[in-house]
Parts: sequence; structure tokens; C-alpha cells
Amino acid sequence: MQLLFLLIEIILKSVVVFGCLMLTVAYLTLIERKMLGHIQVRYGPNRCGPFGLLQPMADGIKAFFKEDLVPGSSDKVVFVIAPMISIITAICLFAVIPFGNEFTLPGTSWVVKLRLADIDVGLLYIFAVASLGEYGIILGGYSSGNKYGLMGSLRAAAQMISYEVALGLSIVGVIILSQSLRLTEIVRLQSGGFWHWNVWYQPVAFVLYIICGLAEINRTPFDMPEAESELACGFNIEYSSMKFALFFMAEYAHMIAIGAIAVTLFLGGWQPPIPALGFIPGVVWFVIKLFVLIFFFIWQRGTFPRLRYDQIMKFGWKVLFPLTIINLLITSLVVSLK
Amino acid sequence: MIIPLLKGLGLTLNRFFSRPITIQYPEKKLPPSSRWRGIQYFEKDEQGKTKCVACGLCMIVCPSQCITIETAEDEEGKRYPLTYELDASRCIFCGYCEEACPVGAIFMGKNYEWVEEERKPFLMNTEKLLEQKKFNP
Repeated sequence: MQLLFLLIEIILKSVVVFGCLMLTVAYLTLIERKMLGHIQVRYGPNRCGPFGLLQPMADGIKAFFKEDLVPGSSDKVVFVIAPMISIITAICLFAVIPFGNEFTLPGTSWVVKLRLADIDVGLLYIFAVASLGEYGIILGGYSSGNKYGLMGSLRAAAQMISYEVALGLSIVGVIILSQSLRLTEIVRLQSGGFWHWNVWYQPVAFVLYIICGLAEINRTPFDMPEAESELACGFNIEYSSMKFALFFMAEYAHMIAIGAIAVTLFLGGWQPPIPALGFIPGVVWFVIKLFVLIFFFIWQRGTFPRLRYDQIMKFGWKVLFPLTIINLLITSLVVSLK
Repeated sequence: MIIPLLKGLGLTLNRFFSRPITIQYPEKKLPPSSRWRGIQYFEKDEQGKTKCVACGLCMIVCPSQCITIETAEDEEGKRYPLTYELDASRCIFCGYCEEACPVGAIFMGKNYEWVEEERKPFLMNTEKLLEQKKFNP
């Protein structure tokens, strides 16, 4: 009986997380277009329903009914698999993210933990799966049989290798501080007010993580693989219909994932900023913090121009990489001397 | 290096909270410029008929040759256009017809919205040209 309840709980939680994630992804496209519109002193989409709220549905219907093209010169199996890799890895990231604390189901003694899996190597899992997502982009561009697509995927590969190093090293400081790879443990150690959050102990690492995270998910100052003006869309140039939509959803799911990991590692996860505000459920705090970060991601997209390819490489290897090493050395020195 | 980046972020945040300057087109419209050359219209005389005397100057001056006129005379010996045909789909809206007209009958209007699903309705005759007057008070 216990096992059955556990199974039901896991299935329910998965469905809820998946549904919320897909809904957020759908509406994130609208939020992004609206925000970019207002940054450019215009309205953004506002014709589909009140305030354009039905726009994601319209986009979805359009994507479903468009012709699904597979180019003749493409590697057909890889071409079809690539978007799937992209979206699956993006969704898998959310398996270990702790959305909130545990609570007892009213009327029973059943404890519901607001996370799908609480594994010992949570952080390692995240980085393993996040890097896999890049295969979707690389294979998608390579298998299209298109020069621009190939260029896009080459750039994606180079960028991923450069920034993965700095991204990984930037969070080692957090691991040293919390002595654990388990995400719930990292969040638990940040409890008791916003002055206990890791962002105050690791400010450089936080900034570096955000920059490298943006580069890792190919977002705008670093969107080399799909540089519209040079590569005419880059890796997804040959994709249409639902396959393109999958790439698109994966990009936004990755953005949410980067934000969620940043919240978990640096901003105290589901912990309230002041202990007195603990009566508000942890999930609400998690979502608020997540959307503050997402606001920043979109805001900076509307501000910064795209870097040149050589600038990105230089920035990654000559600025970010040394900075993360120095940050790591200082952190370990301080921790070992304490 | 950091300060210009922050300045840029400040500027975009400022713009984000300012009012959009977009005109919501089908509901609100900007008035066209005073020199705007839109779809032509005929000026009416006292009897509500066209002022056109069918001299044919507009037909001659028209660079895209979209105007054809058949002339007729009424019982008083006054010339009037039996058929006046202006193919609006071929017109380039240069405004030469308005300039050439000696009696002030044809004018370039202010209307710029005209959508049809076939070409035929774009052939404007005298009635349609007179009708266009209502867009140009």
C-alpha cells in the first residue's frame, strides 16, 4: 500500500512539474516578446486575446500544422533525433531541482517532498545533463546538410567547451562552502534570512555563473550558434514545424533551468528572505526568485548586442576562466584557514 | 568597462517603464501628411455631377497610362466624360492628373486603404471617383 501511494505521489508530482514547466515555457515566449517590446517603446503582441494572452496557443497551433520538412541532403535519423535530445535533456534538468520544502498532507501523516528526486550527486547530475543538451544543437546543425547549420553547430561546440569549464569552476566555491553536492543540503545551509544566502559569500561566482550560464544556453550576448544576421538562424535553419518548436521550447526550458539552479545555489532556494515571512509557502519564494532572474535574462537580452565570435572565445578563456580559478583559490584558502 | 554596461541596462529599464509610442493602427490612425497623394476623387459641381469636362489632359499626362476617357456632349454643347476609367491598380499616384486638370475636377485624396480580392474592382469609373469624395472633406 505504501509503495502504491509513493508511486501515485511520484507520478502526480512529475505531471505537475511537467505541466507547470511547459506552461511557463509557453508563456515565457509571450513574456519575452512583451518585455522586448516595452524596452523598444512598443507594445509587443496584443492582438490574440486580452493583452495577447492567447498568443502562445496560436503559436502552438501554427507550429503543429506547418509542413514538417526533412531536407533531402540531411542525415535523416540524426535530424529527427536532435530536437528530441534537446528537449528531453532540458526537461530532465528539473528532476533534481528542489522547488519547496516538505509538507504533511492535511488529514494524513503522509509527507510530501516538493522535489522529484533528492539524489546525493544532484549538482553533478545537473551538469552532466545540461552538457548533453548541447548535443541536440550540435547534431541538429551537423545533420541538416546545410553550411549555415554546420557553422552554427561548430560555434555551439566551441562555445560549449569554453564556457563549460568556467561554469563548472564557478560553482565549485559553493560546493566547498556547503560540503555537499545534494541540492536540498545546499538550500538547507542557506536558511535563516537573506544574509545567509550564498550570493553574499560567493558574489563573484554568482556573476560568473550567470554569465557562463547565458553562454551555455546560447542566449543573446552569446547567441553565436543562431546568429541571425550572420548565419541566418544557424543550427536550426532547416528545421520547421514541431521540430523547430521543440528546439525553441528547449531553449526556454534551459533558460528556466539556469535560473532555477542559480536560485538553488546562490539565492537560498525556497527559503524566505526574512525568517518572519516563513508562513508563505516555499514554492512561492522559489517562483518569485526565479522570475526575478528570468526578468534579468530578458532585460539584458534587450540591452546588449551580440559579441563577435573571437570576442566570445577571448572573454571565455582570458577573462572568465582566470577569474573563476582565482575565486576558487581564494575560497579554498579562506575555508581551509578557518 | 562595467559602467557603460550598467548604463545601458539603466536606459533599457527606463524605456521599459515608459509608455509605448506605438499607434494602435486599425483603431487609431495618424493623419496623412498635407502633401499625401492617395486615391483620387472627383470634385462635384452644383448639380452633384462631376466637374470634369473630358479634355483628356490627364489621360495624356498619365505616365502609367491608367486613365481612359470617352468624350460626349450634352444638349447644351457642354462636354462631359461618357466613360471615365481610372485603373487604380496601375496608378503610381504621381499626382500629374491633379496638376494637369484645368477645371479642378480630379484631386489626389487622402485615403490610402483599399483592399480587394480581385483586380476588377480597382477599375474606377466616375461614380466611384465621386464616391471617394467622402474620404476627403
